[in-house]
Amino acid sequence: MSKPTLATLWLDGCSGCHMSFLDIDEQIITLAEKADIVYCPLIDVKTFPEMVDITLVEGAVGNKELWEKIYHVRQHTKILVSLGDCAVTGNVPSMRNPFGVHPTLERAYLEEGNLFPQIPSEIVPPLLSYVRPVHEVVKVDVFVPGCPPPAEAILFVLSELLEGRLPEIGEKSRFGR
Amino acid sequence: MTIQSQIKTLKIDGRDVGARADETILEVARENNIFIPTLCNVDGLTPIGACRMCLVEIKGSNRLLPACVTHVQEGMEVITNSERLLTYRRLILELIFSERNHNCAVCVSNGHCELQALAQKIGMTHVHFPYLFPHLKVDASNLRFVIDHNRCILCTRCVRVCDEIEGAHTWDVMGRGIDARVITDLNQEWGTSETCTSCSKCVHICPTGALFEKGKSVTEMAKRQQFLAYLTLMRSKKS
Repeated sequence: MSKPTLATLWLDGCSGCHMSFLDIDEQIITLAEKADIVYCPLIDVKTFPEMVDITLVEGAVGNKELWEKIYHVRQHTKILVSLGDCAVTGNVPSMRNPFGVHPTLERAYLEEGNLFPQIPSEIVPPLLSYVRPVHEVVKVDVFVPGCPPPAEAILFVLSELLEGRLPEIGEKSRFGR
Repeated sequence: MTIQSQIKTLKIDGRDVGARADETILEVARENNIFIPTLCNVDGLTPIGACRMCLVEIKGSNRLLPACVTHVQEGMEVITNSERLLTYRRLILELIFSERNHNCAVCVSNGHCELQALAQKIGMTHVHFPYLFPHLKVDASNLRFVIDHNRCILCTRCVRVCDEIEGAHTWDVMGRGIDARVITDLNQEWGTSETCTSCSKCVHICPTGALFEKGKSVTEMAKRQQFLAYLTLMRSKKS
């Protein structure tokens, strides 16, 4: 019997949740025995597989590319996990929301820019008018708050899911941290 | 009236408990180590039933009642932890989170916040409602303190402590519903207030990071609320 598959996704976030995931240290070996990590910013696979059992999503949905990406991933994932405050609440990326897209771009690229200040019009995906938590865009099955969620909480969630149980976060993590 | 008739007996979650006639359900529950969550309530200030976290069921009434302002009655049967109550409490908490910008990760009170702690305690892992992301002001005009409306939950502890304990009544509430805000004096910058004594009672009684001391960074604003119990005790001795 083939092992369950595991993917991790990095949207609008700082990669802190991925770092916290790596903080499970040597237990990643045990994890690798129970599941195959098939897609992740840290491994060299460019296309999301046809079907993945568990996908951890770090980050909020802040631009058009990420919006399309999370739709695609949802369709190809059995259990989608919102990992960390950006995915769960919008958190820091969503702090631009009260100000609107244009003032944000002006602030970042014109006021703070030097040499040839300009707002990018190509390659960089267009920003959505609001940064949204993942569950406001697609259905999410498990929520793991925390900025970042501690390594033990992430390991606990994965272990429970791999055993076929839905994890209860309880005291293991909280908003902020 | 005899002393006897001033003692009421009632049931909370099936347990027989005794109480003085002037006690609220919340007070009796706490005396008996029965947990009822609260946000706006704080010992030493007049309870107002604003946050609705302490709603309880009372047998014979189809309305939910706030335990902090509902007095005990003889033979009352109170339920504090039904499935319905737990759901409502979680929804109320989610509405509070969705209404303003509570970014715990970058908040001065991260780790010391009653709102954050309560979310964890009652198992609120996410908010079902769309976040409103309102554009709210931060008033840093006071020399020592800041009011950040993004974190305010309108518990009005600041209003009550300023009025009832400090006697200055610098704080008040303006506007209704979603537009309600705590204000200083006649809705002017805090730094221009003529009534504020800069006593910091409001800052330390605030359950979230809405009121904080200048110079405090993320996670640094731990509140010291002991003053209220101390003042209440000393003043009761005097009289």
